[in-house]
Amino acid sequence: MIVSRQKPLEDILGYLEGEKSVFILGCSGCAEASGSGGPAQVAEMKQTLEDNGKKITGAITIDFLCQKALVKSRLRPRTAQVEGADSILVMTCGLGVQAVAASVNKVCHPACDTVNMGGSRAEWSGVERCMECGECLLDYTGGICPLTACTKSLTNGACGGAANGKCELDPARDCGWELIYRRLKEKGQLDKIKVFIPPKDYAKMMPSPKMMSTALWALEQFDQEEKVE
Amino acid sequence: MSLRSAVESGKFAITTEVGPLKGTDITEIEEVAGLLHGRVDAANVTDQQSSVMRLGSMAVCHLLKEKGLDPVFQVTCRDRNRLALQSDLLSAHVLGIENVLALTGDLPSLGDHPQAKPVYDLDSVQLLWAISRLNEGLDIAGNELHGKTGFFAGAVVTPEADTEAKLELQLAKMEKKISVGARFFQTQAVYDVDAFAKFMKRVDGLGAPILAGIIPLKSVGMARFMNKNVSGVFVPEDLIDRMAKAEDKAATGLQIAAGLIRDLKGLCQGVHIMAIGWEKKVPAILDAAGL
Repeated sequence: MIVSRQKPLEDILGYLEGEKSVFILGCSGCAEASGSGGPAQVAEMKQTLEDNGKKITGAITIDFLCQKALVKSRLRPRTAQVEGADSILVMTCGLGVQAVAASVNKVCHPACDTVNMGGSRAEWSGVERCMECGECLLDYTGGICPLTACTKSLTNGACGGAANGKCELDPARDCGWELIYRRLKEKGQLDKIKVFIPPKDYAKMMPSPKMMSTALWALEQFDQEEKVE
Repeated sequence: MSLRSAVESGKFAITTEVGPLKGTDITEIEEVAGLLHGRVDAANVTDQQSSVMRLGSMAVCHLLKEKGLDPVFQVTCRDRNRLALQSDLLSAHVLGIENVLALTGDLPSLGDHPQAKPVYDLDSVQLLWAISRLNEGLDIAGNELHGKTGFFAGAVVTPEADTEAKLELQLAKMEKKISVGARFFQTQAVYDVDAFAKFMKRVDGLGAPILAGIIPLKSVGMARFMNKNVSGVFVPEDLIDRMAKAEDKAATGLQIAAGLIRDLKGLCQGVHIMAIGWEKKVPAILDAAGL
């Protein structure tokens, strides 16, 4: 799951300035779940852009815009609509926009901003979050990650800012260390809060240089790709 | 007398705080430095307190040093990664700054540049550990220094808490801070002497000198604001009443502060007066407290 939210309309109209016709592409994956680029938002965007004087050559959603083979196969029957547009407005996350831009020979505009979820990367996300830090500390903290549960990502215990067990940043948010304390107490592991945690090795948090160019497990061979013409 | 010699000699240590302004005007700092000279053992210089961008702590520490005051260089982990923190500590040493107070630092989102990227590469405990390493002639990556630092490092603790977790976490963190090199503590503002006495009993035996925080009350509104918004500060109702009934609020606020100092004198090893705009009144508070 990747969370996205629609950009302000003035930003989108700014990207489309000077263009007369647009093809709108939504995503029935995470963007539909986020309420930023599903069928309902695509229909709404079509109406809004028409109201603003744009010609819409086509407007569809595809199951997962991050899947390039799927994007190409679904767009092939609509080649005329795509070709007839000055650009494509892609209503999904940053991955989807990049996947469409890599698949189609057409200017692609992002209609959404991808929101940082602070580590909520599970298939079925609950409140548990993981920053993928490469140096797991959960043994010391009762199975609650201090990097994600504490707004300052403190690893050696709480700052002085909490009030009534809530974070100073937001009275609705639990102090992560308050949760860690309660969990450790429940498990008879309170001695763990006295362990000195040395500075983290943030180099372990960076993707490897190989992954920075492309994910090692990407499902396609990059150099064999063809674009929809 | 320097802070180190005051604390190590067992004298009741007196420190205060200077908060640099936003901008380059140092007139008031120089004036305050003159008034405090000879009255306090050291003066902390805050590091962009409340995450509001201001003149830097290191430069002001240097100015205080030139004026004959012993500065305490407050360093937060909010704005600098481990390279910048260590480098600034080396720079501070070269400028003759001997004391450092290690803090985590307020969140930038609470200050006047909420768009800033929070750093927190190290936390306050790890920063104290880093200072100890620099004092030993090593950086935290284990590389040898050409010339080591000689800092007297301190830390903060909040004696009062509204939950069990908060208190126990504070105490555990305090122990950790001592184990990695904290040699003195300055506390959040204290208004309830009995509650503070209980805290002192809990930390009895840890061996680190504690300087109790004093913030003179200026008004009823200020007391209520702190109770509502400043974590770890609890101004008892009887003090708020006294302020409400007072004709001269400023004089009463100073008297309350002086009274607290007298009451705390038998309980801890010193006081840290955070006057927040009333720096020029610190000598009057000390006079009233008989110090």
